[in-house]
Amino acid sequence: MSTILVQVIVGGLLLGAVYALFSSGLTLIWGMMNIVNFAHGDFVMLGMYVAFVVYTLFGAGPLLGVPIAALVLATVGVIVYFGLIRSVMKGPMLAQILGTFGLALLLRYSVFWAFGANFMTLPENIVGGTFDVFGIRIQAARLLAGVVALVVTLGLHLLLTRTSLGSKMLAVAEDSTAAQLMGIRPDSMQAIAWAIAAAATGIAGALIATFFYIAPTVGETLAIVAFVTVSLGGFGSIPGALVAGLLIGVIESVSAYWIGAVYKDIVVYSLFLCVLWFRPQGLMGKM
Amino acid sequence: MRRFFWPSIVLALVIAYPLLFTTPFQQRLGALILLYAIIASAWNVVGGYAGQVSVGHVVFFGCGAYAAMGAYAHFAVSPLVGIPVGIVASVLIAAVIGVPTLRLSGHYFSMATIAVAELVRLIVTNTDYLGAAVGLSGPTVPRNVFDMSFTSALPYYYLFLLVLIATLWITWRMTNSRMGFYLRAIKDSERAARSLGAQASRIKLYAFMLSAGLTSVGGALYAMMFGFVDPESGLGILISVKMLIMAALGGAGLLFGPLVGAAILVPLEEISNNLLGGKGAGLTFVVYGAIIVLLARFQPGGLLLLLGRLRGRWSAKPPATGEGAAHAP
Repeated sequence: MSTILVQVIVGGLLLGAVYALFSSGLTLIWGMMNIVNFAHGDFVMLGMYVAFVVYTLFGAGPLLGVPIAALVLATVGVIVYFGLIRSVMKGPMLAQILGTFGLALLLRYSVFWAFGANFMTLPENIVGGTFDVFGIRIQAARLLAGVVALVVTLGLHLLLTRTSLGSKMLAVAEDSTAAQLMGIRPDSMQAIAWAIAAAATGIAGALIATFFYIAPTVGETLAIVAFVTVSLGGFGSIPGALVAGLLIGVIESVSAYWIGAVYKDIVVYSLFLCVLWFRPQGLMGKM
Repeated sequence: MRRFFWPSIVLALVIAYPLLFTTPFQQRLGALILLYAIIASAWNVVGGYAGQVSVGHVVFFGCGAYAAMGAYAHFAVSPLVGIPVGIVASVLIAAVIGVPTLRLSGHYFSMATIAVAELVRLIVTNTDYLGAAVGLSGPTVPRNVFDMSFTSALPYYYLFLLVLIATLWITWRMTNSRMGFYLRAIKDSERAARSLGAQASRIKLYAFMLSAGLTSVGGALYAMMFGFVDPESGLGILISVKMLIMAALGGAGLLFGPLVGAAILVPLEEISNNLLGGKGAGLTFVVYGAIIVLLARFQPGGLLLLLGRLRGRWSAKPPATGEGAAHAP
């Protein structure tokens, strides 16, 4: 295998870790409440703009941008839960999809209106330099993003499986009435889930912003990436999202390298159709 | 006969509209309202009656628009020839999306529609035969009437009106057929309908294919009126948004819901674009987003249902519009 191909695969894995991070937010909400957040990609977009604003105001990089984006987005998540989700959850399917889809438009075009449609970027040296490991060149920004995303995703998995908060959330997901009888408030648990899921998108957004263009419409592409990841990984499964995210990152990078950058999204979206046709339960999912 | 009284008054007014309001702006506005009413009604077949929320319906619109313009650009025949091609392509795409996803929960269907719409947009944008990013143009100077290229909006207005009436008639026939009964049963309780022998996924698929074909006709008409199609105007996500919001605002699953939605939103958008220019386009969609969120939160049934409920409260009689219109046997 040529060095370039290895470099492409490593780059794909690092990007895939970020995909895994924001997709685990989507899968958490879906698995727990049976709601697909169509505004999920736009949450990531908001995270990118928070990083941009933090840079413009304080001249600070991801060290400050990531925690602020996590906080801001967690707040947005809680507001969205109490303002919208709690009531549409009981409504018909149409209301659920309209609700989050309308939210996506609202966020996308509010940002468009406030910042304009132009693509923006953070300065390239905000996380400076490239590493050279055994002849493979890795951008520091991508390495940082990939490693942080991986750690946060694993942390999220541990939170859900090893802590009492996680057990309570899973109990609500399993049977919210039974959980209530055990003295767990489904409402608080679901609000916490929204805060966590949105914070994950905030972190992911602030990380991607260090090496990716920032534009109001970027959320649409990212939302579809998250749909592919979650469907491939199996809904509700964070380890599934992690494996699928890494896989999609690699597939995307390799196809960009082999067939051309314009075709990478075409490959990923076609993959989605293949998953739906041939393995709708995903790699690790339960139906 | 009393049930035909109000509809015939409205129909007479609609027929007279372009003769009463004769400026180009007013006639164009009228034509656009009818056009959006067509595609929102087409969306309504699957989104309203079958309860499967498509957020990528623009892909069928694009099939129709590209087929109509492609017929002229590549074969120098009337754009009308492209209409059946667009319908066939749309129905095939609907099958590709619908066959796997309509067996799963409704979320998969919605996600697949948006992904396929984006997929097709990306493919078309990179296909030179379909004009890539520039798009395809129709006839600039019409050779004969079948080129469907008119300077006035008036011929389009009456053409769209005919197609709209046909669309509504097809929808109405569908709701009163065996398929319509099955769809209502499935929407109320899929499990119950299945246990009584309704093949839920197949019936939803038929509704989706019908809706796709009707939408494609709307797309072809749109391309004829504007004389060109490009990836943004023919396959952009915002057209899906408009179909969905117009149907939902008026009342998804009601025959006349999409008409009410189009009659409210099209003038709103045209006026705000005229007043605010390019900046207005962004603001329009902020407002659209807000309307959709508020609708989902407070009145997912749409305005007609709200109206019916209010009227029912005032006159203490069961609502005449709204639920009655959709669920009357």
